[in-house]
Amino acid sequence: MIRIPCPFCGERDHSEFHYGGDGSITYPALDAPTEDWLNAVYQRKNIRGVQIETWHHVNGCRMWLLVERDTITHEIHLVRAAHDGVDGVLKGRT
Amino acid sequence: MSARRLSHGGRIDRAKTISFDWEGRKLTGYPGDTLASALMAGGQRVIGRSFKYHRPRGIMSAGVEESGAIVTLGDGAWRDPNVKATTQELYDGLVARGQHAWPNLHFDMGGVANFFSRFLPAGFYYKTFMGMPPFEWGSGTGWWMRYEKLIRRAAGMGTASRAPDPDAYEHAHAFCDLLVVGSGPAGLSAALVAAQSGLEVILVEQDFEFGGDLLNQANPESETKRIELLSAIHTAGVRTMSRTTAFGLYENSVAGLVERVTDHLANPADYLPRQRFWTVRSKQTVLATGALERLIAFGNNDRPGIMSANAGRTYLNRYGVLPGENIIVVTNNDSPYQPALELAKAGATVHLIDARTTTPELEKGCGVSVKSESIPIKAHGSKGIRGLESTASEGIQSCDLLLVSGGWSPVVHLLSHRGIKLVWDAQIACFLPGDTDAPIHVAGSAAGIWGSKDCGASGQVAAAKALGQLGHDIKLPTGKISRGSGWDLPIKPLYEIKVPGRKLQSFVDLQHDVTSEDVRLAHREGFQSVEHLKRFTTLGMATDQGKMGNIIGMALMAEALGKNIHDMGTTTFRPPYTPVSLGALGGRHVDSNFRPIRRTPLHDWNLSNGAIMTLAGLWDRPWYFPREGETIEDAYIREATVARKSVGLCDITSLGKIAVQGPDTAEFLNRIYTNPFAKLSIGKARYGIMLRDDGMVMDDGTCWRLTETDYFMTTTTAHAATVMVWLEELLQVRWPDLKVHVTSVSDQWAGCTVAGPNSRAVLEACVTDPTLISNETCPFMGVIETTLTGAIPSRIARISFSGELAFEVYVPSDYGPSMMDLLFNASKPLDGCLYGLEALGTLRIEKGHVTGAELDGRVTIEDAGLGKMASKQKSYIGDVLRKRPVMLDKNRARLVGIFPKDRTQRFNAGTILCKPGAISGFGEGWITGATYSPALGHWIGIGFISGGFESWVGQTVVVADPVRDQNINVEIVLPQMFDPAGKRSHD
Ligand SMILES: [Zn+2]
Repeated sequence: MIRIPCPFCGERDHSEFHYGGDGSITYPALDAPTEDWLNAVYQRKNIRGVQIETWHHVNGCRMWLLVERDTITHEIHLVRAAHDGVDGVLKGRT
Repeated sequence: MSARRLSHGGRIDRAKTISFDWEGRKLTGYPGDTLASALMAGGQRVIGRSFKYHRPRGIMSAGVEESGAIVTLGDGAWRDPNVKATTQELYDGLVARGQHAWPNLHFDMGGVANFFSRFLPAGFYYKTFMGMPPFEWGSGTGWWMRYEKLIRRAAGMGTASRAPDPDAYEHAHAFCDLLVVGSGPAGLSAALVAAQSGLEVILVEQDFEFGGDLLNQANPESETKRIELLSAIHTAGVRTMSRTTAFGLYENSVAGLVERVTDHLANPADYLPRQRFWTVRSKQTVLATGALERLIAFGNNDRPGIMSANAGRTYLNRYGVLPGENIIVVTNNDSPYQPALELAKAGATVHLIDARTTTPELEKGCGVSVKSESIPIKAHGSKGIRGLESTASEGIQSCDLLLVSGGWSPVVHLLSHRGIKLVWDAQIACFLPGDTDAPIHVAGSAAGIWGSKDCGASGQVAAAKALGQLGHDIKLPTGKISRGSGWDLPIKPLYEIKVPGRKLQSFVDLQHDVTSEDVRLAHREGFQSVEHLKRFTTLGMATDQGKMGNIIGMALMAEALGKNIHDMGTTTFRPPYTPVSLGALGGRHVDSNFRPIRRTPLHDWNLSNGAIMTLAGLWDRPWYFPREGETIEDAYIREATVARKSVGLCDITSLGKIAVQGPDTAEFLNRIYTNPFAKLSIGKARYGIMLRDDGMVMDDGTCWRLTETDYFMTTTTAHAATVMVWLEELLQVRWPDLKVHVTSVSDQWAGCTVAGPNSRAVLEACVTDPTLISNETCPFMGVIETTLTGAIPSRIARISFSGELAFEVYVPSDYGPSMMDLLFNASKPLDGCLYGLEALGTLRIEKGHVTGAELDGRVTIEDAGLGKMASKQKSYIGDVLRKRPVMLDKNRARLVGIFPKDRTQRFNAGTILCKPGAISGFGEGWITGATYSPALGHWIGIGFISGGFESWVGQTVVVADPVRDQNINVEIVLPQMFDPAGKRSHD
């Protein structure tokens, strides 16, 4: 079982979370060219190793998180709030 | 002669007799017995028949590795097949019988298969029946399916009861610093050191007693040591769990356990679950899981009366049963010498046959004769061993028990679950745990350490390592413990006995009847890897997972390939270590608890007003409100008619409700809805559609602007949770700059639709200020916040799903029943009524309004006939990709209405729309909803058909209903089947 250390709630079972998707994607502007949207929605790398993902603590604090997970071992390397501002507050940056 | 109970010794309580039923006969045993030890003491040798050849089988071990004494327990709904007699505790009234035998164990018709065994090699069934004519692609598989049933019956697997499981099961959770698996000397020592250093420790043991191998010893010092250690760990605060198997190890030090709570009780208390499924989250794990003794493949090595040497010792020392009086022990290592001496001391004649040249020195007069450099060839006797042919003597040496030790295999299964490589150690001939950074430490014989004292020391080392990884400053105990410690002389690897020119039927996997010849056949067929060998021969795929014989299979395959076992590797073990019942996996999630039930705050009110309920997703919703003598059809037709003629009330609390608040809300809504939202004025609501990134429709609903920065969004019942998650993702991940906050308020507001020409009159009678409900102050899509009689706060919007003049009224949930009393009382003088989900469906189908049945994720906004809701003036989510050519293709299936040609006919939802004469495949479209329309006076439907209405004008279409064997001619109409101009709702 994957256990994810939520920065708000502490370490929790993955069953409390909802997997979002590829956390490295920057979504294009709403009026961006079709090509950009096709890439953002459909093109995914099939990474063997550490990848960045979004997870939603849906049965917890309902915060979206950026999670670095090793696809081979399920090891979790880094977890932070996906929202930059919130992450900043959490880390005392603002 | 066979086994007999001794008058003294063992861990059984002779003061109390337990009686049980074996194959319809009454037998007795004692508390402390397993079913196997009681059967053995009762003189039973043939316990089951083998899976494929129906060969008689007996008790082969004293533990989880058992592959012979597999029985069915219990009767009726409690019938439980494939139970190992060697691990089942005896209790008063236990009922058991043998498996795989017809008509009975001693005369089994299936045994005929044994005579033909040379024609039934590995892969025989598949190769023969998969290739049966006719030979077209796919057909052969069909034949296999047909024969498989017969073959399975012949093979027999023990049959589970067809009745629902009468027992209850529980799921439980635990946390700890250290989980110790196994309570032998290594496990007890590890737990003690860790707990004394302040760790929270859980110790699990699959047996019903703690102690592991200490339970099998004859010397009283072992028992003293065991009691001391146990008492010390309890004092140190270790939580101990017996009858609990750690069946799997997962990421993050999570372990799955099954605790057998009542499987050993004659009359368990009602409140106890049969088993508990534990999820344990630990920080560190110590595996002190022990080792299992291997067999040797020689002729007829599966005969009843052949068992592991350690089992012989266990039955003697733990259960007080002398397993035989004339015993031969065959070995290739030191371990059975002690058992041999103990059996001789207990009164048996013991002849030891050792494959090695140098053997341990035994005292004169110890009662055990040793013959070195000798190996077994073939066992004689069919329903029980009578003698052994070996190189030790001429002819057949008679015996009534044959004990075998082919070496030991550490129980490394749990490590394998974690993907940790196993390494072959040629010196002690077994797979050992490889190096790992994982927080798992292996101790005792699981690490190839055989001596009891050294096992204890290795447990301390393992605990010290765990403490170190947790940041404790701990000195590792000194003194080297080497692998194989406990053996004075080295093992001589011995897997299979081959005699040139003779065919010996020797078994590698007894439970699946895999012979050494089958392994070689796999090699001849071209299989190279152990994983393929396993699948072709089914070696190690039975419920025992090849615990006694797997290594032998690996060794034979390696030999055939000219490799050594090290290069060959082993198969990957997967959870569960021992079988886990489906009931335990399910826990309490059965029947009505299979999933949660959601009820609205109006639930009791609905029930007390005569509602018949139905499940819609997780929601328990009113279906219809029958009056005396009404069928469901009578009721919904009446309800829909009343709503169109006068007024109807319907609980709509299950709709998703989201408070969307903040200065950027207008901009946010403008991005997520396809239609314009930037200029929605305060006090107005708007219908909106959301798309996904890929351009498909996600949901539809309404959004009400209450103040400058405060909006109230409603979603469909089906997509409420999805939409909430989506909005949170957009705000937190994609558009962090937007100052908007979303809060689910679905549970906070109870909702009722008031629909029909008299709906305004009803509301006027219920609100504090009736003038607010006029067409001027509350026009179509108008929103007002006001109070109902009795100062009930409410928000009301003039929204129509039914196509009538209608209002959605929301009040805080606790006021729900009061609101319903008010509204219902006001509607009674107008002959209004309550309506349920069925009439709701009728009203919306008549209007061609879509719901979750239509918005199934494969539908574009154009498909749903809502293309004009897609703004051309702005960009929004899904805007770009919805314009891909395939998405705009005019021939896509589009939303339509459906009328039967013959208006007296009816049809069903879920059916297929086809061209006449071309009723096949996917047809041209499908029907998502059908109802009798009181407004139109005949049956109507809603659905999708390629090209939509325009492509089918004037044509006849067939509704194909292959399940009911019914084809109805229909015509395609526009989806807005009633009041297409919407005059009624706009007043
Ligand atoms: Zn959280």
